Amino acid sequence: MKIRLDTVVKTFDTFRAVHGVSLDIESGELVALLGPSGSGKTTILRMVAGLEFPDGGAIYFGDENATDIEVRHRGVGFVFQHYALFPHMTVGENIAFGMKVSKTKRSAAEISGRVEHLLRLVQLEGLQDRFPAQISGGQRQRVALARALAVDPKVLLLDEPFGALDANVRRDLRRWLRKIHDELGITTLFVTHDQAEALDLADRVVILDKGKIVQTGTPEEVCRAPASAFVMNFLGDANRLKVTVSGEKAQIQNVTFDAPDIADGPAELFFRPADVTWREDGHGIQATIARVIDRPDSRRVLALTVDGQPIEFDAAPEFPFRADAHGFVEIRRPRVYPA
Amino acid sequence: MARRILPGLPLTLGITLVYVAIIVVLPLGALIFKAASLGPEDYWRIVSSERAMASYRVTILCALAATLFNLVFGLALAWVIVRYRFPGRRFVDALVDLPFALPTAVAGIALTTLFASNGWFGAPLAAIGIKVAYTPLGIIIAMAFTSLPFIVRTVQPVLEELDPALEEAAQTLGASDMEIFLRVILPQLAPALLAGLSLSFARSLGEFGAIIFIAGNQPFETEITALLAFIRLEEYDYPASAAIASVMLFAAFTMLAVTNLLQARALRYTVKG
Ligand SMILES: Nc1ncnc2c1ncn2[C@@H]1O[C@H](COP(=O)(O)OP(=O)(O)O)[C@@H](O)[C@H]1O
Ligand SMILES: [Mg+2]
Repeated sequence: MKIRLDTVVKTFDTFRAVHGVSLDIESGELVALLGPSGSGKTTILRMVAGLEFPDGGAIYFGDENATDIEVRHRGVGFVFQHYALFPHMTVGENIAFGMKVSKTKRSAAEISGRVEHLLRLVQLEGLQDRFPAQISGGQRQRVALARALAVDPKVLLLDEPFGALDANVRRDLRRWLRKIHDELGITTLFVTHDQAEALDLADRVVILDKGKIVQTGTPEEVCRAPASAFVMNFLGDANRLKVTVSGEKAQIQNVTFDAPDIADGPAELFFRPADVTWREDGHGIQATIARVIDRPDSRRVLALTVDGQPIEFDAAPEFPFRADAHGFVEIRRPRVYPA
Repeated sequence: MARRILPGLPLTLGITLVYVAIIVVLPLGALIFKAASLGPEDYWRIVSSERAMASYRVTILCALAATLFNLVFGLALAWVIVRYRFPGRRFVDALVDLPFALPTAVAGIALTTLFASNGWFGAPLAAIGIKVAYTPLGIIIAMAFTSLPFIVRTVQPVLEELDPALEEAAQTLGASDMEIFLRVILPQLAPALLAGLSLSFARSLGEFGAIIFIAGNQPFETEITALLAFIRLEEYDYPASAAIASVMLFAAFTMLAVTNLLQARALRYTVKG
């Protein structure tokens, strides 16, 4: 089912949490809403679900205006960050809940058959008689997903579903979620503040800041061409140097970079720590090395430009550390944004 | 001896045990001792006398009715206090404790005045043929009044702690408000409700002060067991009084035991394993 948000606005008391968001999600697509905490991701997701109603704009499911349809009739599956499993029901009863309260009457045998099928899908065979308190966090979230899928939702909505889990479990679960999505082909909107998760999982990433969409694109598009300094920073570690632009050229020390469409005056140069080569001589931005941080697969070097701006870059683990060593920073893939 | 993190266990344990012994066990022991001074035949004759049996029936049936009333009304009251924000909410919340704070005799006199056939409530009720004061209905009202806070105050904290996401989850799964209440909210309230019900029922069984003013105290009709024990006491028939009291004691213990069992069952889902 295709979903369309048309300039959706939401205000809490006097605080505007969502500022005119428009977004198209194609049928069968897996889209991630990515943004820092408080950027309005949950609010948008809850409006799509019908758990919250917009003050302005409209939400379409296919061609139908779903803006005022009640949550229980909207046919969405919602997975909550903290699982929201019914604690007094077993895993099997949790999964069966939606079928039991449904208008479409199913026989007990039909329901238990479907519960078993869903348990196999989420790889939890044999756990149907446990209570939620008796299984792990990762298992609970899989039960929550099975419960949401049990009612054949038109749309699957997940609010930071792996936010409360360990790093390892998270990584396993997101690959697994991608697999289930590909099997079922259900339109999925997924909220996270973790860029790695969004880039790993989604067909398309929607980046939000302060209740506005700042960029939409495939993981490749947003990574290779961040639309703003905010996106550049948010997607990963980035160095930021003050530069001066004149005639579409940014200058720092005696090094210049292309700065297309940037107005004259002060601006900011961004680059990733991996896009740096350190040279003992030659040309580039002059800097001295202050400190190194060792990582399993690399060495992170902390340096200072001669005018005192910090730079971090990644080097091979063998990179020799000499405090105050003087050298030149050569930058690949620089990006200039207005200050 | 194993090292303990918290100091003072021997002292606090000692004080607690002595306190429990003096305040709880000793008087109850004396009561049973007194009752036991009757021979088994005399004991049986007294506790199964027609007047005693009638008093058990009046007490238990009225306590049941009062508890059922409080189940519905107390749950509704707790629900409204927790779920809605309205002017005067804090006042209503504070008012719930009034039956605890009020001397029960005051409650009894106030209720009698209200429900007497010329009282504010009694007069209109009498006009449509309902007599409250000096009937079992009066006993039920007095019991319900004094035991209402038990249900409200046991259910209220559990209701406050319920995760709203559970109800939202049920909504997204298509459940109606009634289904959510019956299948999601009520089962989670069940242990607290059970505790409140048993406390409310126990209090109603034992209530004295609030009831005797409004009950009329006609033997076989509106005489509660606690009053019968009191009458025997006034007649200086201590063993008979103790015998009747021992029946109430036994009833209270049985009820608490049954409630604990039911609660453990209702809470079995919280056990890890
Ligand atoms: N029910 C609410 N009442 C008042 N403010 C809210 C409510 N829900 C969210 N907000 C505010 O709206 C903003 C966006 O919240 P949210 O959508 O939860 O962000 P995110 O999920 O991206 O962290 C936050 O500043 C939050 O404080
Ligand atoms: Mg959120």
